[in-house]
Amino acid sequence: MTKPILEIQNISKKFRIGGADGGYKTLRDSLFSKKGKKVYKSEFWALEDVSFDVYPGDTVGIIGKNGAGKSTLLKILSRITPPTKGRIICRGRIASLLEVGTGFHGELSGRENIYLNGSILGLKRAEINRKFDEIVDFSGVEKFLDTQLKHYSSGMQLRLAFAVAAHLEPEILIIDEVLAVGDADFQKKCIGKMESISKSEGRTILFVSHNMSAIQSLCSKGILLEDGKTKGVFDIAQAVSQYLYGEEGNSTAFFSPDKLNKNNSVFIIEAYIQNSKNLTTDRFAVYDDICVNIKWANQKGVPVNPNFILMNKFNVNVMLAIDTEVDRDGSLKSEKGTYISKITIPKNFLNAGEYFLHIALDSASPRTCHEVHYNALYFSVWDPMDENSVARGLFTSSYEECMLLPLLPSSFTKISEIIN
Amino acid sequence: MIEYEIKPEKGIKFNLHEIIQYKELFYFFTWRDIKIKYKQAVLGFLWAILQPLLTMIIFSFFFGNLLKVPSDGIPYPVFAFSGLLMWNVFSSGLSSAGNSMVSNAHIIKKIYFPRLIIPMSAILVSVFDFLMSFIVFVGLLIYFQINVNILKMCLFIPGSLFLTIICTFGMGSFLAALNVKYRDFRYIIPFLIQSLMFLTPVIYPVSIIKYQWAKYIIAANPMSGAIDLARAAIINKPIQTDLILISCFSAIVMFMIGLLYFRKTESYFADIA
Repeated sequence: MTKPILEIQNISKKFRIGGADGGYKTLRDSLFSKKGKKVYKSEFWALEDVSFDVYPGDTVGIIGKNGAGKSTLLKILSRITPPTKGRIICRGRIASLLEVGTGFHGELSGRENIYLNGSILGLKRAEINRKFDEIVDFSGVEKFLDTQLKHYSSGMQLRLAFAVAAHLEPEILIIDEVLAVGDADFQKKCIGKMESISKSEGRTILFVSHNMSAIQSLCSKGILLEDGKTKGVFDIAQAVSQYLYGEEGNSTAFFSPDKLNKNNSVFIIEAYIQNSKNLTTDRFAVYDDICVNIKWANQKGVPVNPNFILMNKFNVNVMLAIDTEVDRDGSLKSEKGTYISKITIPKNFLNAGEYFLHIALDSASPRTCHEVHYNALYFSVWDPMDENSVARGLFTSSYEECMLLPLLPSSFTKISEIIN
Repeated sequence: MIEYEIKPEKGIKFNLHEIIQYKELFYFFTWRDIKIKYKQAVLGFLWAILQPLLTMIIFSFFFGNLLKVPSDGIPYPVFAFSGLLMWNVFSSGLSSAGNSMVSNAHIIKKIYFPRLIIPMSAILVSVFDFLMSFIVFVGLLIYFQINVNILKMCLFIPGSLFLTIICTFGMGSFLAALNVKYRDFRYIIPFLIQSLMFLTPVIYPVSIIKYQWAKYIIAANPMSGAIDLARAAIINKPIQTDLILISCFSAIVMFMIGLLYFRKTESYFADIA
């Protein structure tokens, strides 16, 4: 039975918050604050009683919402900040990559920065010498090696930084969301490199990301952090689905209820997104129906078409969706009352990504816009890449450049035995 | 198989072996700071020589020529330069060490290494400047044809430098740690250095102080002992052992206080920097 390479035992971390000056203390505060008078308003536990074991060769994804404590956990593991309680037993050298290019200095040349950054990350000079050509090769900046870093483009700096980091050889590698920067090509290259590190070289990796497909392709196990607490190590698919479906999303938006009293107007009361099980959430798999619900009131007695515009995170309008039913039968057209319009984005249609909705109430004739709420709702779609992800066929890489990944009717026929 | 533990910080550990383990990083930080200091300056490293030389010329004019400050029987320029030699290590070392933790905050927050490396390498940069200006000092000795006892020189100059480094490190690491917590020290440090200069026999000899008790008070400032010791190498007169010992003692006290305070607070630097 192998011993765990990392034993995390009851780790807790407390922060003090609420200083009016943003945490900086001035001498005057310390000298003249009366004893017993509380300088800090409150305490905040970023991590509470977190325990889990990591075994050699494991690749563990750490998942959780912003502020769940992921980065704090990584900082404790990389010894940047001590825990308030608990202890961690490490049986191997840890290198942490919480940022690409830590310690890069603009005044120094690319060559000098490789040495500086490498030694900050824990490489010995001899190791850097040995791997220097490899690092330069990977970064692709050999022409500019003796140029000052400040003249590099940000992309070149990033490539150089990752090239150094990729050549670390610790037993345990800790990676924070460093891949969030850089273009899609670069991200693919990084993930590929990390996969080869973990799979062929059998090293232990702890990886934090919000990119579920990256986590799924890289990690075999997952830890879900929720408000500083965790239930332990799970299989990665299980952890991801807990994260995605485990709790009710905050994908409900309420709008100015005071308008309810106003006569003679058309307005939206609330809007929310549900899955096919009528559960309100903001996270969907590509094979889930996404039901956008708009609750609205018509006190004016005019024909109204509820609709929304779907926008992706690059501010591209993906589509316009209109409640066509409300208008189909003339009877509903202008009756006063409160309605719920439900517009369903079918499963196997959107690609993985993050989406925003502008919700509006319009009238077609005469063309009037009664009400618009920009960026009223948000949801994310992820691709589990399992047997249910039928739209992608047998392809397993992510195509985040595409807005849609629809399951389209297709057919094939063999027309001849002969190739002509 | 390495096995170690991460747990809440309690007590003070010195982890000297850890600093040795990270000696290459120590070297790279120093090398970086030296490179950057004179980068994009046309005269580059020459500034390390020019700075003390120009100060010496100004001092010699005002204090030596106009005010006729006594100089223990050697030409005033040599006298002033011998004082500046050590004083500059202290003043530039203290100001860069004092600000070093804050200016390297972005690295401290992202990676672990023994924090003590940062103020240490800041001081080493000023030792590098010392080596440069020492060449000028030797030049001055030859120019003014000063008879130097080589043995005394080999003994007292390194001794004085060692005393300076001990004292600069003590105060520097103390101020660096305080500066992380209280940014007031960014403004206090330059003021402190300026005031200390008047309490240190840089521009005047200790011998002009009439009262013995005042000499003891001045000697409590380790830099006064360091400069006295450096001058003893070139001035033909007996050294005042009691004053030097007081300086050594107070340097060691400062060193311990600085080191202890730094070690006590360093684990939380990343949280408050």
